[in-house]
Amino acid sequence: MRAGDVLPPLEIEITRTLVVAGAIASRDYQDVHHDPELARHRGSPDVFMNILTTNGLVGRYVTDHFGPSAVLRKVAIRLGAPNYPGDTMVLTGTAETVDGGTVVVKVIGDNGIGRHVTGTVTVTLPMGEVE
Amino acid sequence: MVVEDLSVRLKAYEGRAAVLGGHGKDPVNAPMIRHWCEALGDTNPAYTGPDAIAPPTMLQVWTMGGLSGHATARSPVYEELLSLLDDAGCTSVVATDCEQEYLRELRPGDEITFDSVIESVSERKTTKLGTGYFVTTRMDVRVGDEGEIVGTHRFRIFKYAPATTKKTEPKPQRPRPVVNRDNAGFWEGVERHELLIQRCADCATLRFPWLPGCHACGSPEWDTVRASGEGVVHSYVVMHHPPFPAFEPPYAVGLVELAEGVRIVSDVVGVPYDKVRIGMAVRLEFIRYDAELVLPVFRAEDVAEVVEEVVDEVVA
Repeated sequence: MRAGDVLPPLEIEITRTLVVAGAIASRDYQDVHHDPELARHRGSPDVFMNILTTNGLVGRYVTDHFGPSAVLRKVAIRLGAPNYPGDTMVLTGTAETVDGGTVVVKVIGDNGIGRHVTGTVTVTLPMGEVE
Repeated sequence: MVVEDLSVRLKAYEGRAAVLGGHGKDPVNAPMIRHWCEALGDTNPAYTGPDAIAPPTMLQVWTMGGLSGHATARSPVYEELLSLLDDAGCTSVVATDCEQEYLRELRPGDEITFDSVIESVSERKTTKLGTGYFVTTRMDVRVGDEGEIVGTHRFRIFKYAPATTKKTEPKPQRPRPVVNRDNAGFWEGVERHELLIQRCADCATLRFPWLPGCHACGSPEWDTVRASGEGVVHSYVVMHHPPFPAFEPPYAVGLVELAEGVRIVSDVVGVPYDKVRIGMAVRLEFIRYDAELVLPVFRAEDVAEVVEEVVDEVVA
């Protein structure tokens, strides 16, 4: 792994089930993540994925790639276009820096309406796995 | 200005506690880890088995209040900040940023405590969602009696007044029929797509609209006959003025004579207002105008000729 290397993309189907299951698994009962009618009342066209789920998916994307021995050190994300049911988000990643066993990956998640997430993930790998 | 005053007041909350002495509702535990992994499709073997760790990105999950919320964790100061924003119309909230650092892994059995500080409150900002304020908090998550820090969690929310989306004025609704005990049977029939005519039970005279007694013999006894649906335009007017909401003048209002001999006032549809003619054959149909309103209307039967004329006019 060298700076500039690209991770294979990961497609995530944004189903209503994923949105709701992610919200509940993260103990987030904000109505905009499970109640379409109240979501509309608040100016959103539908329920949308909560930030904890996005955070988890960004982390998963990186550990899926580097394997179970990789250790997440930092995940920083910023949200943009919401993930609404029926959409697909494609996560892509690029190694920004590689320093010893520490890799910083820039992650981008785009959906049908724009850029859902930009993030930076710092992960450490056991020595010898960085190549 | 009021708005600037608010910005100044909001700034005063920076550096103050958002959460003091928060306790995780549940210790880090395998079922919640499994539910999370199932929801997110995360099959990382590090999160299962006897040596399982929690997915680090679950850090915030262990601090969540869940459906019943945290009874005491949120500081009165933070509550005050949020209600100030609520009062300013910023009643909606969306999370925009999450920055987490994981200092050591969490394992089932770990008991979480946490404190959080209001790091910053932004100036008033306008985004696609609406106008409001970004509030950033930073939380330290600890485990155990010694309070070892296991992670930090910086969280930014946008608390805003939803942008008034260009509200397409809801189409005004047609007036509701006045339903009373004398005519309820008629409207129940309409609901079933039946046009019911009252018939005197004594002298068999048909009457419409519905009335409590027979105009021929005075009997209050009656039953009903279902109209065949055939009729002719007996007379009509074209309404130009005054314009009523839900109606677009000019339009034709027909007095339709049913095959059974009684007359009813209703729309003549399927034909331009200025092509309605006395003697024109019409047939009953039912149109649903909205969730609550079905009305009997009359469609011009043979409009081929009429339509041709209209097409000619349009082409010309």
